[in-house]
Amino acid sequence: MSSSEGGWLIVVTFLLALLMQAIPMPYDLLWARPQWLCIVVIYWAMATPQRVGVGVAWLMGLILDGINGSLLGQHAIAMAVVAYIALVLYQRIRMFVVWQQAFIIFILIGVEQLLSLWIQSLHSGSSPSLLFLLPALISALLWPALVVLLRGLRRRYGDVKHI
Amino acid sequence: MDEFASVSLTVATPFYWLTDLPTRMGDWGEDVVISRQSLLKENGSLRAEQRVLRAKLQKMASLATENVRLRELLNSTARLKDNVLVAEIIGISPDPLSQHVIVNKGTGAGVYVGQPVIDAYGLFGQVIDVSPISCRVLLITDSSHAVPIQVNRNGVRAVAEGVGLLHEMELPHVAATTDIQESDILVSSGLGARFPVGYPVATVVSVVRDPGKPFMKVKVMPKAHLNRSRHVLLVFKTEAQAFAEEVVGDELK
Repeated sequence: MSSSEGGWLIVVTFLLALLMQAIPMPYDLLWARPQWLCIVVIYWAMATPQRVGVGVAWLMGLILDGINGSLLGQHAIAMAVVAYIALVLYQRIRMFVVWQQAFIIFILIGVEQLLSLWIQSLHSGSSPSLLFLLPALISALLWPALVVLLRGLRRRYGDVKHI
Repeated sequence: MDEFASVSLTVATPFYWLTDLPTRMGDWGEDVVISRQSLLKENGSLRAEQRVLRAKLQKMASLATENVRLRELLNSTARLKDNVLVAEIIGISPDPLSQHVIVNKGTGAGVYVGQPVIDAYGLFGQVIDVSPISCRVLLITDSSHAVPIQVNRNGVRAVAEGVGLLHEMELPHVAATTDIQESDILVSSGLGARFPVGYPVATVVSVVRDPGKPFMKVKVMPKAHLNRSRHVLLVFKTEAQAFAEEVVGDELK
């Protein structure tokens, strides 16, 4: 498989995920935003671990920090850690049925939220409550639909040799 | 580091611009397919509002000249008019823990870091990052923001701190004997030389005196429509203010 094959699909999904991260939400629903970028990074790290790994996750986190205006490196380090866990576990996670995968996603995104919150609380106000787990829960609920969508896209436009 | 912030804001601007596109198209559609009837109605109400504002302005003009005269009597510097630039909000912070908005004017329009921003109802925030085409405005309610204020009724000074909630701010370290009441209006005091004097900041919502504590708990609500405004005004420094900053700067050295 050539390294450029299907690569544009990964870039497009990353750009779309970054766009979804920046879409305005009602003030009361701000905590309910799924971590789109993190889900997409985890998906690609599991589906094509030879392409998307810790480095790409770190870069994406850095871009997210630039867009969010958050402390530089805050999301970058959290996403790199999550990508590392996903890379270690991907062979196992691929074997799971979809609701088990969703549970793993809940934990991974919970870890991402926790790490970036820790870093944020070093320089500004602390977290108000356990609300930071809400994005993880909603991301996990969205996982079955997203995995079908992303897998469909990959089979149609990307390479077909991998699961 | 400032340069990096500027570059990352430049990269971020197209994303915010794109996410704002549906809203703008909706607004455009509303403008285009509006009925003649409702246009006439809107026109009528705008006319009525303009008449009322004009009447108020007449009074204001005489008060302003009176103010200048009195200040001359006191040998103090006259207040100058503030120059403003109208800008549009194109994005809001996706992060629930930090409150800022992205505005569509940047260094190209002369915007600078630290510039005060107001909306039609009160003080809005200040510019923290600026790129050639956009700037990031920190809201006064952000948990890292504080504004020096004055009670409009009696001139008592305090500081209004954001707590990270959109409809609430606090006045920390207000002595229990201070004369602050519910529904007092707080205006910017101009101390600190960052915000211009006299813009409404907040209204006092509740004052709780606990005899066991040295300070009162004062909750206030920001005047600006922080989550409803679409247009904001960037306030440019006037000569009087620049002078004040110079004096303060010298004293700090």
